[in-house]
Amino acid sequence: MAMTSNTATLSGSVAGPSLWTRMMSGHSGPVCVVLLALLVLWYVGAVFMNAPTQIDRYDRADQTWTTSQLIEDTLAQERPILPAPHQVVEEMYKSIFAIKITSKRSLVYHSWVTLSSTLLGFSIGTLLGIVLAVGIVHVMTLEKSLMPWVISSQTIPILAIAPMVIVVLGAIGIKGLVPKAIISTYLCFFPVTISMVKGLRSPQVIQLDLMRTYNASKWQTFWQLRLPSAMPYLFASLKVAIAISLVGAIIGELPTGAQAGLGARLLAGSYYGQTIQIWSALFTAAFLAAMMVVIVGWCERRVLARMGVSA
Amino acid sequence: MTLKQVVDNVAAMPASKKAVVDIKDLSLTFQTADGPVYALSEVDLTIEEGDFVSFIGPSGCGKTTLLRVIADLEKATGGEISINGVSPEAAREARAYGYVFQAPALLPWRSIERNVTLPLEIMDLSKEERIKRAHDALKLVELNGFEKKFPWQLSGGMQQRASIARALSFDADLLLMDEPFGALDEIVRDHLNEQLLKLWARTNKTVAFVTHSIPEAVYLSSKIVVMSPRPGRIIDVIETKFPKDRTLDIRETPEFLEIAHRVREGLRAGHGHDE
Repeated sequence: MAMTSNTATLSGSVAGPSLWTRMMSGHSGPVCVVLLALLVLWYVGAVFMNAPTQIDRYDRADQTWTTSQLIEDTLAQERPILPAPHQVVEEMYKSIFAIKITSKRSLVYHSWVTLSSTLLGFSIGTLLGIVLAVGIVHVMTLEKSLMPWVISSQTIPILAIAPMVIVVLGAIGIKGLVPKAIISTYLCFFPVTISMVKGLRSPQVIQLDLMRTYNASKWQTFWQLRLPSAMPYLFASLKVAIAISLVGAIIGELPTGAQAGLGARLLAGSYYGQTIQIWSALFTAAFLAAMMVVIVGWCERRVLARMGVSA
Repeated sequence: MTLKQVVDNVAAMPASKKAVVDIKDLSLTFQTADGPVYALSEVDLTIEEGDFVSFIGPSGCGKTTLLRVIADLEKATGGEISINGVSPEAAREARAYGYVFQAPALLPWRSIERNVTLPLEIMDLSKEERIKRAHDALKLVELNGFEKKFPWQLSGGMQQRASIARALSFDADLLLMDEPFGALDEIVRDHLNEQLLKLWARTNKTVAFVTHSIPEAVYLSSKIVVMSPRPGRIIDVIETKFPKDRTLDIRETPEFLEIAHRVREGLRAGHGHDE
């Protein structure tokens, strides 16, 4: 803030906005500043958190040390408490680009395992969510009988249910992709149902009356009025759904004994104290989630533009 | 032709005019938590083919409710009502009327043309037929050239015209209009009133029109129904004798002022007992 006002007064005499103002007017400027601040914070944090073990190591080796050496070493530990950003980036680069993607050590391989069950779970969950919402909106008894179950389903911690789903389905011979997808489904149908119930009920009374004057059937009213009205609600919920679908898939990978997937990488990393591996798996997961939200956002813009909403 | 025959013919003429809406002793009572609300009571009215009937009265007098009963959007709780000789429900199912609401109620995700073709899609007409009819209807309200625009790109007056085109598109003989120009400014309103009259003269549709503007009611109508609240009822029915191709100039004539005066008196009398 102080910088902005300073430069603003400095550039007051110059014609046109200053470089700083122009940089900060878009999206990228502020994002870069926040990113930079986070990086600095992270490095400082890494030094402080890793320093005790490093000093301990110096003491045991009877080694004298300087502050600059300490900083350098804390940022280059093999199993740091908090790995430095460049270590994570290096590990991600190695495990994404340097290793063959079919290798069990490749993050691309693990990402694909997680992504496939995420997408399957997301698809089923979205479909289920929409079907439930359609039922709830159209059938009075369903609203009364189903809605409480839909809501209470989400009060059960997913971490408690996930192992049961995996174990029970495993016992009847269903393994791999499907049980994980089911956990994703379980998480992601909920926002879709809630939003779609609201969305399908969003048409105004006057619009419903209009359809009635045309003697439109329930089905016609659904296609021509309710569904298009619900589109903005649907996309808002899909952004949430796709992100928690990924979380569901990762949680689904934890009880399987860490065979494959980002969840497995996280678990293996924590078994062996491979913090760098954990962090790179985490960042990959975050990146995947962000990408999927971006893709959903892109679809949203395309659909809404076709519906004549955008200016 | 003997004189008697001529007289008989003349006498037979009004009777041969078909009653489009026939209402006898109609009442509608809403049951609310605060007790019953008598929205309509003892309503008797006949709307004949080619009539332009205005319903005027203060808010709460049941004019919109009456229109909604005709449209089968509300059910009467007593009395009889028939539209084209059948029940309102059967008339609605036969798409006997086009309804224009207070707000345009255009679907924002459809272009103007596709808004106008909406009822035609629901009625399962072929695509060529839909486009042709939309084109004709938009021409009637002078909106040709705006087919591909979306509702938000049009002014309020144009949106309401589009909604009238939508009500005209399936060519129902009865047009029900619920304060269609209430939200528009005076100038736009005058213009739309002129257009509506031209449309009425050209198509010979029967129009039922709800308004709370006295000049609008007198200017447009062949029959003015004055209503009063608590309970909602008809207190006066005034026939006007202006030609169908009237212009805005008639508002300066003594006949016009006389009818306007009578409407105002009626409204005042209706108000009298609760003030």
